[in-house]
Amino acid sequence: MSNLGIIFKRELYSYFATPLAYVFIIIFLISNGIFTFDLGGFFLRGQADLLPFFGFHPWLYLFMVPAIAMTLWADERKTGTIELLLTLPIRLVDVVLGKFLAAWALTGIALTLTFPIWVTVNYLGDPDNGVIVAAYLGSWFMAGGFLAIGSCMSACTKNSVIAFILTVAICFLFVIMGSPILLNAFPSWMPQWLVDAFSAMGFLTHFDSIAKGVLDIRDFLFFSVFIGGWLLASAIVIEMKKAN
Amino acid sequence: MIEISHLTKKFDQFFAVDDLSLSIREGEVLGFLGPNGAGKSTTMKVITGFLSPSSGRVTIDGHDISTAALEAKRLIGYLPEGAPSYGDMTTLEFLRFIAQVRGFRGVEIEQKVDQVINEVALQTVRDQSIETLSKGFKRRVGLAQAIMHDPKVLILDEPTDGLDPNQKHHVRALIKSLATDKIIIISTHILEEVTAVCSRAVIIADGKIVADGTPSELESQSRFHQAIRVTLTDSHDLVADLATLPGVASVEVEEDNKLAYTIFAKGGASIFSQVSEIAQQNHWPISEFHVERGQLEDVFRSVTQLSEGQTDE
Repeated sequence: MSNLGIIFKRELYSYFATPLAYVFIIIFLISNGIFTFDLGGFFLRGQADLLPFFGFHPWLYLFMVPAIAMTLWADERKTGTIELLLTLPIRLVDVVLGKFLAAWALTGIALTLTFPIWVTVNYLGDPDNGVIVAAYLGSWFMAGGFLAIGSCMSACTKNSVIAFILTVAICFLFVIMGSPILLNAFPSWMPQWLVDAFSAMGFLTHFDSIAKGVLDIRDFLFFSVFIGGWLLASAIVIEMKKAN
Repeated sequence: MIEISHLTKKFDQFFAVDDLSLSIREGEVLGFLGPNGAGKSTTMKVITGFLSPSSGRVTIDGHDISTAALEAKRLIGYLPEGAPSYGDMTTLEFLRFIAQVRGFRGVEIEQKVDQVINEVALQTVRDQSIETLSKGFKRRVGLAQAIMHDPKVLILDEPTDGLDPNQKHHVRALIKSLATDKIIIISTHILEEVTAVCSRAVIIADGKIVADGTPSELESQSRFHQAIRVTLTDSHDLVADLATLPGVASVEVEEDNKLAYTIFAKGGASIFSQVSEIAQQNHWPISEFHVERGQLEDVFRSVTQLSEGQTDE
């Protein structure tokens, strides 16, 4: 097993060694149920798709994902284990990536466990399962984007609560960037290319099309590059701030 | 062999380590001494590759810790200050994780883990999660992960801090047993530890080396070196008797025991035979009489306070 794999395994294991993973998964499933069936009007719509289910994911992730990301680095710094970890013969990139992938796998597990909703919609009607699979993947990639921001924020501070708040704030910014609420607020003299660039950075812009079943490789590419960028930033912040 | 040349580590405007050069050979157990904030931990963090130097170089067996970090880190076992480890893991799980990172595979993992568990006596807490362990056990878990891969270089930041006397004795015995072919660097402010385990002592203050030598060499720099301590059962005028002796520098009476005297020697020369002769001639009522080797604490205070401009801790 490579060092990346060893770190990944240890991190994932530690989520399940504490109640964190279970609490996360249970709350995630319950909230998903409430959002989809109560607020989303799943039955009332009378359509065999999962749009109401996926539509709430950005808002659900906004609070749930920072909760797992906040401890990624803040706790290592607080307990001093970062000194142990970074003096072992492992490259920093393996540690950053291993930790991120473990947290991402946890959100993946939580997402997979929502499968009863997919079974339900198949039982009730005849949905386009290709669209659903794509939307699941898109949702998972978006969770990765949130997590990568969280990884960087967690590296900035020893205090995991501060990391949580910072992550929520920045994630919120990226969620609404592509939404009409924000775009309409731009003054009309702003050049169109700037508004477009702004909107292109928004999570909703990319996720909405994925959720509707428009499988565009560019949307996945956006999230991949986004994750890579924030992880790189995490590594730089760790390198800079490990002394204090 | 560890070669530290002109190492400087700056935090903003503050020099934690200031142009420090030092080389350490195999078989040496180096005691790293200094007041709090002198730069001991920072130096160790740079040697282990946790912090990068502001300027200067550290090489471990020829591998530069900045440019060939992985090769250098493989040679090092490190116990950071406070012995941090993952509290949510059990002793066994944590040590298995370390064994994997250290590159052991398959049955080797269990062999290595069993070996260190026996070496530092962790059998009773194998399956206990680390956060529930006592301070002494946590320290031993930290020590176990540091020695797991039988490293050439062992760096221990305050390994016995917070341990009880039995545990301290155990850790020191362990360090001594490891010492033969390794480089061991121990930071401590317990001076007796240096005399007990170290073959070389380096005192640093304000990021600079202020003393370097074997513990006995340093002790001989003390004004207590070759001094004679005499305790009497009855009052007697020692000072008058000793006035004729050329080798005696001064005589001091202890404050809380007026019958206890310290006779200081001039220039660290032996005055034992002369003083004992005078004592016999003048029938001193002696209850205790012994020669001091010198006090490391005394040397420590004189060299570190000198550089701090007489400020006390």
